[in-house]
Amino acid sequence: MTAAASTLALEIPWGVLLGAKVMIILTLLPLTALILGYVFLMKMMAHMQSRLGPMDPGGFHGWFQLIGDGIKFIQKEDVMPADADRRVFALAPMIILISTFVVYAVIPAGPRLVVEDLEVGIFFALAVSSLSVIGVLMAGWASSNKFALLGALRAAGQLIAYELPLVLAVVGVIMQAGTMSLQGIVGAQANGEIFGWGAVGNPFVLTQAVGFVLFLAAAQAELTQTPFDMPVAESELVAGYQVEYTGFRWLFFQMSEYATAFALAGIAATLFLGGWYVPGVEGTAADVLGPLVLFAKIMAISFVIFWVRFTYPRFREDQLQAMAWKYLIPLSLLNILVTGILKVVF
Amino acid sequence: MGPQNVAFGVIAASMVLAAVRVVTTRNVVHAALYLVVVLGGVAGLYVLLAAEFVAWAQVLIYIGAILVLLLFGIMLTRAPLHASSELDNDQRWAAAIVSLGLVGLLVGLLADTFGRQRVRPAQVFGGGELADSIFNDFLVPFEVVSMLLLAALIGAVVLARRDD
Repeated sequence: MTAAASTLALEIPWGVLLGAKVMIILTLLPLTALILGYVFLMKMMAHMQSRLGPMDPGGFHGWFQLIGDGIKFIQKEDVMPADADRRVFALAPMIILISTFVVYAVIPAGPRLVVEDLEVGIFFALAVSSLSVIGVLMAGWASSNKFALLGALRAAGQLIAYELPLVLAVVGVIMQAGTMSLQGIVGAQANGEIFGWGAVGNPFVLTQAVGFVLFLAAAQAELTQTPFDMPVAESELVAGYQVEYTGFRWLFFQMSEYATAFALAGIAATLFLGGWYVPGVEGTAADVLGPLVLFAKIMAISFVIFWVRFTYPRFREDQLQAMAWKYLIPLSLLNILVTGILKVVF
Repeated sequence: MGPQNVAFGVIAASMVLAAVRVVTTRNVVHAALYLVVVLGGVAGLYVLLAAEFVAWAQVLIYIGAILVLLLFGIMLTRAPLHASSELDNDQRWAAAIVSLGLVGLLVGLLADTFGRQRVRPAQVFGGGELADSIFNDFLVPFEVVSMLLLAALIGAVVLARRDD
């Protein structure tokens, strides 16, 4: 979008361009959160539980439900606990939302459709997405509520444990592609060959299948989706670190939860499924079709994430930590070792 | 003054302000959060020096891991919501003398080494070149550091473990 605009008319001042890019992500972020929330949380979960979900708002299958909810949340009174640390309390949801917001900037949706193709793009995305833990800890502490604090501590322990397999699972892909730029990784998959046969490229889900599974498992935990939802476990902690939040601040938490799911699915699609690339589409056509292809892949991965969420019960805290430290991390280290050996051999 | 200088001024000023607040605030969690601002500012300075990889490593390790662990530790043990008076002690003059000495030492060293020499604009140093220099020129120091970290890790496990 923006990059294409800059080739059409080269004289766009960088300030205007930057503003346009920020506006585009600002529009995309709530939009993608709405799509995931509506399609998966409302409709897919309803179908899996043999019910209809919201059907009335907006006419067609209740598509307006979430937008109506959003309008309701914005109208609500801004309530803060009397004993809360007001500044930290207000800042926490913003930090979580911003850490998601910047990840959107590096995911490419076409050969020229990327806000900023950093040379260390994937590393940047993983680094800034780790900032959300700070926001969670701030929210839990500033609420002056012991359930909120417990939820925040659970969240921090979980996010630290699963940060490692998430990053280590990506290392295999970086080694195979030989670059950390997300465009470069897409290119490596598009130009790759499977034993000399290059008609469909080489999506890394084939050669990095272990890494793909590890990444999805760690992403599920990073998103605190069931079976890893202890931080917000409603039956134990009410709503964890979100318990004191209402109105638009709570809306920020919800929005960033689904937007982060979309962003992590986007990273997984780019790293393992070839991103915007689809065989046979190149040049300008890829700029037109790319976003649609990427969107389809993201929806496929999000489907898996929410499918697992609606299927499995919650882990116990010790099972959660054991899974990260005893299985996922050793396995991801082994994956790196094997990838390295194979890279040298072939 | 180029945009880089303006950015440096803004980042440096906010870092100094936040650093002062780290030691003057009476709330231990606020101190940790001001430290986030300081370390984030360091990452910003790395970006200005065109050291992109180091900048994001700073964010991932210092903010994403070390400070989260710090906050986690504070909140797990004792994190009063309000200012506490025990966060101050009477070593502030000793601390002031030590930090003034450190500033003097660093400024003196920098002035002595570079003098009035103009520092050339930083050239972009990509992840690839960084990896090349670590794993070719500095391979032995790199491995020594990793051995050191491994030893520290094993030491921490030995200290924390209790065989009842």
